Amino acid sequence: MRAALFVTCVNDALYPRTGIAVVRLLERLGVAVDFPAAQSCCGQPQYNTGYRYEAEPLVRRTAAAFAGHPYVVTPSGSCAAMIRAHYPRIGLKAEREGRGAELADAARSLAPRVYELTEFLVDVLGVTDVGAYFPHTVTYHPSCHGLRGLGLGDRPRRLLAAVKGLDLVDLPGAQECCGFGGTFAVKNPDVSTAMGTDKTAAATGTGAEVLCASDNSCLSHLDGLLRRSGAPLRTLHLAEILAATEEEPLP
Amino acid sequence: MTGFRGATGAPGTTGTPGTTGTHLGMPAFPEAAREAVRDGVLRANLRHATHTIRDKRARAVAELADWDRLRAAGKAVKDHTLRHLDRYLLQLEAAVTAAGGTVHWAVDADEANRIVTELVRATGEREVVKVKSMATQEIGLNEALEAAGITAYETDLAELIVQLGHDRPSHILVPAIHRNRSEIRDLFRAEMGRWGRPAPDPLGDDPRELAEAARLHLREKFLRAKVAVSGANFMVAETGTIVVLESEGNGRMCLTLPETLISVVGIEKVVPTFRDLEIFLQTLPRSSTAERMNPYTTMWTGTTDGDGPSAFHLVLLDNGRTDTLADETGRQALRCIRCSACLNVCPVYERAGGHAYGSVYPGPIGAVLSPQLRGTASEIDASLPYASTLCGACYDVCPVAIDIPDILVHLRERVAQGGPATRDGIRVRIRPARRHTAERAAVRASRLLLDRPGALRAGERLLARARRLAPRRLPGPGRAWTDTRELPLLPAESFRDWWTRERGTSQ
Amino acid sequence: MTGKDRILARIRRAVTPPGGQAGTGTGADVPRDYLRVHGARTPDERVDLLAANLAEYRARVHRTDGDGLRDLLGRLLADAATVQLPPALGHRLPSEPSLTFVPDRAAQTPRELDRVDAVVTGCALAIAETGTIVLDGGPDQGRRRITLVPDHHICLVRVPDQVVDSVPEALPLLDPRRPLTWISGPSATSDIELERVEGVHGPRRLDVVLVGASDRGRRPGARER
Repeated sequence: MRAALFVTCVNDALYPRTGIAVVRLLERLGVAVDFPAAQSCCGQPQYNTGYRYEAEPLVRRTAAAFAGHPYVVTPSGSCAAMIRAHYPRIGLKAEREGRGAELADAARSLAPRVYELTEFLVDVLGVTDVGAYFPHTVTYHPSCHGLRGLGLGDRPRRLLAAVKGLDLVDLPGAQECCGFGGTFAVKNPDVSTAMGTDKTAAATGTGAEVLCASDNSCLSHLDGLLRRSGAPLRTLHLAEILAATEEEPLP
Repeated sequence: MTGFRGATGAPGTTGTPGTTGTHLGMPAFPEAAREAVRDGVLRANLRHATHTIRDKRARAVAELADWDRLRAAGKAVKDHTLRHLDRYLLQLEAAVTAAGGTVHWAVDADEANRIVTELVRATGEREVVKVKSMATQEIGLNEALEAAGITAYETDLAELIVQLGHDRPSHILVPAIHRNRSEIRDLFRAEMGRWGRPAPDPLGDDPRELAEAARLHLREKFLRAKVAVSGANFMVAETGTIVVLESEGNGRMCLTLPETLISVVGIEKVVPTFRDLEIFLQTLPRSSTAERMNPYTTMWTGTTDGDGPSAFHLVLLDNGRTDTLADETGRQALRCIRCSACLNVCPVYERAGGHAYGSVYPGPIGAVLSPQLRGTASEIDASLPYASTLCGACYDVCPVAIDIPDILVHLRERVAQGGPATRDGIRVRIRPARRHTAERAAVRASRLLLDRPGALRAGERLLARARRLAPRRLPGPGRAWTDTRELPLLPAESFRDWWTRERGTSQ
Repeated sequence: MTGKDRILARIRRAVTPPGGQAGTGTGADVPRDYLRVHGARTPDERVDLLAANLAEYRARVHRTDGDGLRDLLGRLLADAATVQLPPALGHRLPSEPSLTFVPDRAAQTPRELDRVDAVVTGCALAIAETGTIVLDGGPDQGRRRITLVPDHHICLVRVPDQVVDSVPEALPLLDPRRPLTWISGPSATSDIELERVEGVHGPRRLDVVLVGASDRGRRPGARER
């Protein structure tokens, strides 16, 4: 089994340890990992802020970078949802605007081959126990685009629950948005902070040591709030927990 | 009694009577929301109320195994009707007329207000009782009537609270959701006596006692009213039947006791057949008040001899709806049946409150309706498409499956990038908003970088090298992040560089 | 150009695809695969569900048969001095000398009606799944206002004949040309902190009397199942 890693621009530049964790995890599970260097950003920040035309070159680039890869795995529900739900829309709109079917074809070709990490693990590889070891109390925040956009359901929680030593505690109000929302975080900073503060308070209230999610963009917001307030809770991407073993604990 | 009608004193309601501009001149959403976020009482009121109804709705919906199918059917009925709206409105007009009613057509708010004012004047009456109606709020009817010397009494409990408080509604279903019981008690004590029967003394803050005070206060108005104004939830084209769902009985009072009834209804409220109600009478109550059925639903067709009003006028209102209809992505907002489920699940609405949306339509649906009905020219309307994290909770609960996040992104495009739109029936090209000029340049620059992995790699390396110099607080727009949040800690090397170092070349 | 012409022209422009023609669909494209009824019930179970749902929304539910009806009504009207009466219900009422019966007249003013203590009516049908009774202004129901202004409404439902399962089952039995009032529990509001309070402008007291067995007057509208 081979899979191409779509690491995402946020992880590439700011959270390389998440990308490294995905590589270690997949290789441990017997998957050969490719990293097509032509990849970049999926175009979601541009598209969601209202700049569809600026997103189009990135749609084209992403589709070209992963052409020919039957499995494209990404540790971000948000970027996976962008490709699966919005790429076809962007293609359709370009077509309606009389600019041909090229973008729509690219979108149609890529969308069904993209898997969010937990989908790939549970649905494609058919594993929930990935042989991880993480002796800590963890609470999980299901990010909106994974939860509602992709319908990840209980996949992340099943994966976490199977981790040896891990004590998974419920996050009250888990399904509620953390307030990141891409550019929302800076366009509406007061509401964003209010939502994030409620989320970190709920997480801190669980007594967990780690707040886990499958999207580093949400975690950057929550982690920024937690560090500013000095709360003892640390944040970790799900991939990092799943990559940790007794022999190779988290760096 | 003039001066009481809410037209004075309340911020944002002093616009020109009879225009949709009653809330224009509002600050953009982020500024309006800032105040609300800092108001602890307001946030507690909203949190309590929205969470209460949210959980109840989920239980009411879970009772129906075919919810998704009802949702799909409701969506399809509305889409079909919108595609053939001309035909169904003509059919409706014929049926209402045949049953003894009179149909009027109003292109905009001014025309609707003029029609209603003239109809009331023709009766010789100087006061009307009103059933809560979003359409009449949208057109600023109360203010228009006041300017013509006609007093409009709101009779829905929440609307009464809003009217007595010289306040603005902040929720579609529960306009006084921002007020708690003790605030309402104080308001009743202070204001009721000035406009009719005073509140009982003593008056506690138990909702039961407060509802009783409203009953006593309003009953004298119901019993003497000769003219009523309402909206409607549905209009049936095939039969000419108008449908109003309500809970308190104030609707029934207005719809059956007066001699003249005037209903102002948006053109999108028509459904083709009487049978179509079987969908919406199941989905609307469960979505709005989380009940299997609301306490009272009134259906009438024209006039009935000896029962109810002897004169019935139906005012069909456009006011931006046909412009909305002209937009293929945006038109799905016209499916809305005003249940307000999207407000109750929206984490942004919960913190910002309804007033921040600067419109009678707050919350997620307001953020997609207002900039379409009114256009995106004003500061508030241009900011509304951004008043969302795109979390998708609104779409999940919508009983007619309006993809609100998709429309939000579509409208963001119209604001940031410009594009085609229809205003007052004319196709126009909206120019990119000037206040987005700097952002546009930044997005373009970042895209150019992101579209060149070589340059991106160089940029990442520059960032990594500068990581020890990263400031704790950023200047300019970055402040919006660093005022409350730390920046992410920069890594020593990017993933790209790690991969190259560990694995050599990439394929 | 009238407002009507302008609105219709705008609609036609809006829904016509560029260069195309407006559609001529019939509504057959609406999927109606939702359920007619939520669960299979015997007639007795249907009545039980109606009773349970009415009670949950704070209507008071009573069961009797034709023989017990007069006594039951006497008890329910114990506090009343005046009772409003639709034209076709007289024979069902108790003959207490303390009760004054007020006929439903067009000339009656709302103020006069406001002085009436209670009203007794029949109904067109009742819907079990939603706990709803529907009135259509028939001779045993009277004008809409008589079940609105007095503070106490007693509604008689013939069971099981008048009870249907669901909203989709109810609509075909109703005549939209008649004024229809759907009642699900007494008047209520949730306007203060979204807490449900019963009793605002409509009757604060709703007694639903399920009249069974020995009083099987059949209504043409109520379908046998």
